[in-house]
Amino acid sequence: MTDTLLSVRDFSVVYDVDPPVRAVKNVTIDIRRGEIVGLAGESGSGKTTLAYGVQRLLKPPAVITGGSVIFHDADGSDVDLHALDAEQMRRFRWDKVSMVFQGAMNALNPVATIGAQLDDVFRVHRPGMNRAQRRAEVIDLLEIVKVGGQRIRSYPHELSGGMRQRVMIAMALALRPQLMVMDEPTTALDVLVQREILKQISQLRHEFGFSVVFITHDLPLLLEISDRIAVMREGEIVELADAERLWTDPQHEYTRDLLRSFPRLTGARGVVVR
Amino acid sequence: MTTLEFRGVTKLYNVRGSGQLKALDDVSFTLHSRQTIGLVGQSGSGKSTIAKILTQLETPTHGEVLLDGAPIPRRGRGLRTYRQQLRMVFQDPFASLNPYHSIRHHVERPLRLDRVVPRDQVDAEVRRLLERVRLDPDAVMERRPHELSGGQRQRVAIARALASRPALLVADEPVSMLDVSIRLGVLNLLADLQREEGLGVLYITHDLATARHFSDEIMVLNQGRVVERGPADDVILRPRDPYTRELRAASPDPEEFFRRRAAQTTGGAR
Repeated sequence: MTDTLLSVRDFSVVYDVDPPVRAVKNVTIDIRRGEIVGLAGESGSGKTTLAYGVQRLLKPPAVITGGSVIFHDADGSDVDLHALDAEQMRRFRWDKVSMVFQGAMNALNPVATIGAQLDDVFRVHRPGMNRAQRRAEVIDLLEIVKVGGQRIRSYPHELSGGMRQRVMIAMALALRPQLMVMDEPTTALDVLVQREILKQISQLRHEFGFSVVFITHDLPLLLEISDRIAVMREGEIVELADAERLWTDPQHEYTRDLLRSFPRLTGARGVVVR
Repeated sequence: MTTLEFRGVTKLYNVRGSGQLKALDDVSFTLHSRQTIGLVGQSGSGKSTIAKILTQLETPTHGEVLLDGAPIPRRGRGLRTYRQQLRMVFQDPFASLNPYHSIRHHVERPLRLDRVVPRDQVDAEVRRLLERVRLDPDAVMERRPHELSGGQRQRVAIARALASRPALLVADEPVSMLDVSIRLGVLNLLADLQREEGLGVLYITHDLATARHFSDEIMVLNQGRVVERGPADDVILRPRDPYTRELRAASPDPEEFFRRRAAQTTGGAR
């Protein structure tokens, strides 16, 4: 078993509009087992397109124009994601790689209980489980993310934003994936709730050993939770380094610009000139 | 000098089934022109209720709001004059501009409605205001909001707010919807305008870092109560209230984070 979980090589995506937009250009990156990789960049930098693209979640006019994505399964086999047919891909997603989407309020079905929505995951992906087993798993998941098993019959609107985001994390965790892709999972939450969710993600990562790709434009936050950070700009990774290295010794001018755009909470004043 | 005063303001909302919610609980503060106050607190702390009362979209249950010592008129010309004195910049520049109208129209409206300048000078004044927010009038005046970037739109919203020459400005999360690289530009613009026009600014945000750099004073709100108020650096660097400390601890601070981590590693090696 190698140390690498996902190898992305020369990956490119084009939005086939007029004129075509090269959203991701020849990106190469390895995700290691158990690490948190931060994808930083501004809107339009291609970070979401890259993360969705490797799982083939993009819709036309997006076209994957080149490159390869190999998933090194914990069982020892290597899976070429672009060689899977639709059915194999459906089974692969969620089971091996899961997603936490931005804006939990919009991602959950408002007319189904959270218990039913979690139950769905098992019904589809683990057809062998009976009702009692599924229920036990769902309660277990709600306990793990600290929503509490007693909320199994709650509807999304009965939960706070933070709780709903925890339910989304529970869903992503349900099948014990090896990689979780989180797209701005805390952007809509306020700082106190955000901090709790981040702690929980780190804890779960230690407990279950999955890797995380964490997408956000919030670089200060990323510096605190990531092992490594990839800075994207115009479809390219301009810098990839350990979080601390990126902070103390940024190599690329754009990384320096990005770091400078955030006023320091406790550091020297003067970024906002008054 | 213009002074706005909140005196013992309490706001109760009736909540169906569960009685009353105290959104604001005996809040008192003053905002002068030439002064910037940062108002911070988590969701539900009452920040927006203060903004709504300031703009007269809500009325206080108890207490009063005074402008230069006089209560704010509820209607008519008096209310109009008050609103001319106090303007808002909203969070979402994609929602606060009307997609049907040109940029010229947005800036021109308050000039005409409040008769800020004689009719034949309106055009020149629109240009002046757009230049003031560092937009090129010739390039943007005839455009519609969708043709502009988020940062440009927020600049238009600021120009519109300045049109009636207010003494006070309420900016409710004015940069949180903008891309990171342009946030500082817009904040710096607001800071310049504040200084040059002698504006009093209430900067409402949940971002402690920008609040510290942008404001003279910071006021921390928790569950409708002001729990701490003081010079910006004091509140953020030496918070006294437990809630302020909690907020500060939760805010990302890479500088402190790596310093602490380095201290731990050397501590462990010993």
